[in-house]
Amino acid sequence: MSYTIEGRTGPWELVIGLEIHAQVISEAKLFSGAATEFGAEPNSQVSFIDAGFPGMLPVINAECVAQAVRTGLGLNAQVNLWSRFDRKNYFYADLPQGFQISQFAHPIIGEGAVEITLADGVTKTIGITRLHLEQDAGKSLHDQHATKSFIDLNRSGVALMEIVSEPDMRSPEEAGAYLTKIRQILRYLGTCDGNMDEGSMRADVNVSVRKAGEGFRTRCEVKNVNSIRFVMQAVEAEARRQIEVWEAGDEVFQETRLFDTARGITRSMRSKEDAHDYRYFPEPDLPPLVLESDWVEALKAALPELPDVRRARYVAMGLSPYDAHVLTLEKETAVFFETVAKGRDAKLAANWVTGDFFAALNRLKRDVADPPVTAENLGALLDLISDKTLSGSLAKQVFEAMLETGKAPGEIVEERGLKQVTDTGAIEAVVAQVMAANADKVAEYRSGKEKLFGFFVGQTMKAMQGKGNPALVNEVVKTALAG
Amino acid sequence: MSLDTATIRRIASLARIRLDESEVQQAQAEINGILGWIEQLQEVDTEGVEPMAGGSPVAQARARLRPDVVNDGGQADAILANAPDRQGEYFGVPKVVE
Amino acid sequence: MHPTDFTLRGALDALTEGTISSVELTQAHLDGIAKLNPRLNAYVTVTAEKALAAARASDERRAAGQVGALEGIPLAIKDLFCTAGTRTTAGSRILDSFVPPYESTVSQKLLDDGAVFLGKANLDEFAMGSSNTTSASGPVENPWSRANDPDTRLVPGGSSGGSAAAVAARLALGATATDTGGSIRQPAAFCGIAGIKPTYGRCSRFGIVAFASSLDQAGPVARTVEDCAILLKSMAGFDPKDSTSADLPVPDFARACERGVKGLRIGVPKEYRLDGMAPEIVALWEQGLQWLRDAGAETVEISLPHAKYALPTYYIVAPAEASSNLARYDGVRFGTRVTEPGSDLRDLYERTRAAGFGPEVRRRIMIGTYVLSAGYYDAYYLKAQKVRALIRRDFENAYAAVDAIVTPATPSAAFGMNEKQDDPVAMYLNDIFTVTANLAGLPGLAVPAGLDAQGLPLGLQVIGRAFDEETVFAVGRTLERAADFTALPRLRAGA
Ligand SMILES: [Mg+2]
Ligand SMILES: [Zn+2]
Repeated sequence: MSYTIEGRTGPWELVIGLEIHAQVISEAKLFSGAATEFGAEPNSQVSFIDAGFPGMLPVINAECVAQAVRTGLGLNAQVNLWSRFDRKNYFYADLPQGFQISQFAHPIIGEGAVEITLADGVTKTIGITRLHLEQDAGKSLHDQHATKSFIDLNRSGVALMEIVSEPDMRSPEEAGAYLTKIRQILRYLGTCDGNMDEGSMRADVNVSVRKAGEGFRTRCEVKNVNSIRFVMQAVEAEARRQIEVWEAGDEVFQETRLFDTARGITRSMRSKEDAHDYRYFPEPDLPPLVLESDWVEALKAALPELPDVRRARYVAMGLSPYDAHVLTLEKETAVFFETVAKGRDAKLAANWVTGDFFAALNRLKRDVADPPVTAENLGALLDLISDKTLSGSLAKQVFEAMLETGKAPGEIVEERGLKQVTDTGAIEAVVAQVMAANADKVAEYRSGKEKLFGFFVGQTMKAMQGKGNPALVNEVVKTALAG
Repeated sequence: MSLDTATIRRIASLARIRLDESEVQQAQAEINGILGWIEQLQEVDTEGVEPMAGGSPVAQARARLRPDVVNDGGQADAILANAPDRQGEYFGVPKVVE
Repeated sequence: MHPTDFTLRGALDALTEGTISSVELTQAHLDGIAKLNPRLNAYVTVTAEKALAAARASDERRAAGQVGALEGIPLAIKDLFCTAGTRTTAGSRILDSFVPPYESTVSQKLLDDGAVFLGKANLDEFAMGSSNTTSASGPVENPWSRANDPDTRLVPGGSSGGSAAAVAARLALGATATDTGGSIRQPAAFCGIAGIKPTYGRCSRFGIVAFASSLDQAGPVARTVEDCAILLKSMAGFDPKDSTSADLPVPDFARACERGVKGLRIGVPKEYRLDGMAPEIVALWEQGLQWLRDAGAETVEISLPHAKYALPTYYIVAPAEASSNLARYDGVRFGTRVTEPGSDLRDLYERTRAAGFGPEVRRRIMIGTYVLSAGYYDAYYLKAQKVRALIRRDFENAYAAVDAIVTPATPSAAFGMNEKQDDPVAMYLNDIFTVTANLAGLPGLAVPAGLDAQGLPLGLQVIGRAFDEETVFAVGRTLERAADFTALPRLRAGA
């Protein structure tokens, strides 16, 4: 059942495409030697090139090119050995040169595709139109002064990858899943840190609506949406606005809009009135970017394992598709899981990581990159379960103690005497005591009230402070009651 | 192609150059004169010709790449030294409403 | 001999021999500037104190045995080259107060070789012009005047009019200049001096205020071909800061001057024989070719079929690039800002750029904006790029048969300051012989070769293969030697 929004005139389909701007991980900027670090003092990471001073010229940063190629390979996309930079001309306070150097006619990366997985487990392929390199603009601060905006050029010239999708998405959920997937791939590749709070990733969301069976209607672009949640909200809000316009008998006209996160609506951007006439032309200060196929092949050979491949490998290891999906969402999680699982039962490891460990992260508001229990210690805990030192419930107790103390599980078991009792004789003695103390219930059981079996097991475990091996306890109780 | 005054105004606006009414007329006459002269290019047969972008006399010119090294920046004072309206560590402009 | 009458080569020899010091040489030029610049307006900024300090430092270095290739030589720097700590205006009101915190690569190379900078030479605003009348600092006057009409003030040509006038009037031994459509060669020809626009990529463009990035190229003007060769050797060379800079060794251009032309084939493009061309220009061209034949070269008629489309092509490409390059002059980070109370950002831009740019610059920005704008790109810019490719191909074909091409440098001698000012296209035709070399990226040298009937200098142009400035110098030196151009401008230091 496809997603629609119900209007007065019936259901409307959504057509969504995303242009994701992802900041390239590099030391220096795309065309200058100034640093890219986030949060520096204003205008402290600015070369005269980034500030558009007279006579300044761009020189391309090799690593930024390599990062774009890695990303293209990660998106299963065509790498163009010949590409070119163009100038996109417009005036804006934080655009020092009066143009952005971008790749318009000949991008470095061509068509590709990614697969997204939706909540119901259904997968869908979203087409990538292109990826191009371009420089970021500076930042305008509007809240520092009553009548002025302040300009900080630290971001000016930082390398961005603009990843343009086909208009293949049909619901807010798909848009969210696509952005999540792109972010995941980029983080695996190490080409973008994906920190949306810091502006390392932001999306221009192209939305149109249509009736079933129609071609495309006019789209609007909602600029610079900076979280996955906001992308989903912006899609919904913009679609509803357009439906209202169409249903009122008006026409949606193509324009650039902003998502007002506080009010949950989109509004027109006055400052983009020249948006239709950027006067692109080839950047005369930069000859074409020509790549050697050997160099591209070397980058390909050195590419890390990507999430889809990793997920398939986990399924082959015996994990459920769901666990494999969850464990590969973040590269850090996958690395953590693999350390826990190394040389151990993968399913057991997956259960513990996705179960108790994730619950602990949630509860303690910690991150897998900064875990409250190390992967090595969690692995050691699994060993204690496998060799029957700990029962499941004992292991949970030990895990809690590990969270509190940070100690290794072996140490906790020693200190607290939490070793599981597997000595049949010791268990028989306790069972005998329990039966003696509950002679009436023994009689009832033996006269047919078999559901009392659990009572005896529980009493035995309680008497043993939970340390009895559950299987053995069961067995001994059964034998003893059979009398 | 002869440009009307509306087009002259649109171009001036795109180029962010303020023109008063008399300047619009003058610009129209001059620009149309120049464009009329340029028009002769249309008679050149350029079918199948690869356009020449950039100034290199060598057709196979290609970009040189720079190592990813930080060797610039850290000079906010020099960056701001020529600013017509310096506001602390920032450039100041009239407030922009988006 | 007056110190300002030295050629650059002669001054280097005198400095080596110790018959003059850099301080004496520099002071003599500063004296000439003090006397003549109020009239000629060749310099927009004179850095007398810095120059004398630099000359003293040079004399000390020389005494210590450290002698650079231009040790102690006083030069003028076109005010398009950014000079650290010295105001750089590009001839525009919009950069009136701009003091670059950095040095252009070319001027830095000259400093590294021991040169002394006298000041910044006047130019057409943002190098847009062929008369040096568009400068915000006022027009430059050509030190030459008509024999029968000495009161009519003549233009020095442009855009490097200040550089050429300064060198011709003996207010510098040489000067830096730039050439986008003829801005070195045309003023050199108008002022009776030599000037070379090298191959695109030979000199770094880093730190030179950009006019049209794919056409701009720095080069020297000086009183002799050899002086140009010496200066170009210092100015040229690979610069990693300019992605279009050619990573090639710099030859010994001065040595190449003496190669001679024996056995060279010299191309004579038939399309350059324009209808109604001044007979004295035609005669001078014929004379030049005869001199070369006399020196052992062979002259060959060639065809550059698209040459006649070069100027209109140029007047699409150059304004388009300029409209983009000059977008940075917005009154935000540097330069002049013009606002009214209550101006918003857009109003600030529009007022700043209307007041900051002169009429010719505004005109070219508008044309450039138009030819790139939506719906017109293919008809204008793309078309021009294709014709440009054809022009480059014409030269490639020609150079299969010849080693260099010789043409007139300009269609006329210097004209009066009030002439040709009303019709932009008439002014643009000044560059008709020079602009092809910019479009094709080739080296072009202007050599003073004779006088017209009114006693004004006329020049010939030598165009070479890409990165073959050596042959260009050899041909130019041969023409110079045969022409034996000894006439002097009326206004000059030491006169
Ligand atoms: Mg966009
Ligand atoms: Zn973009």
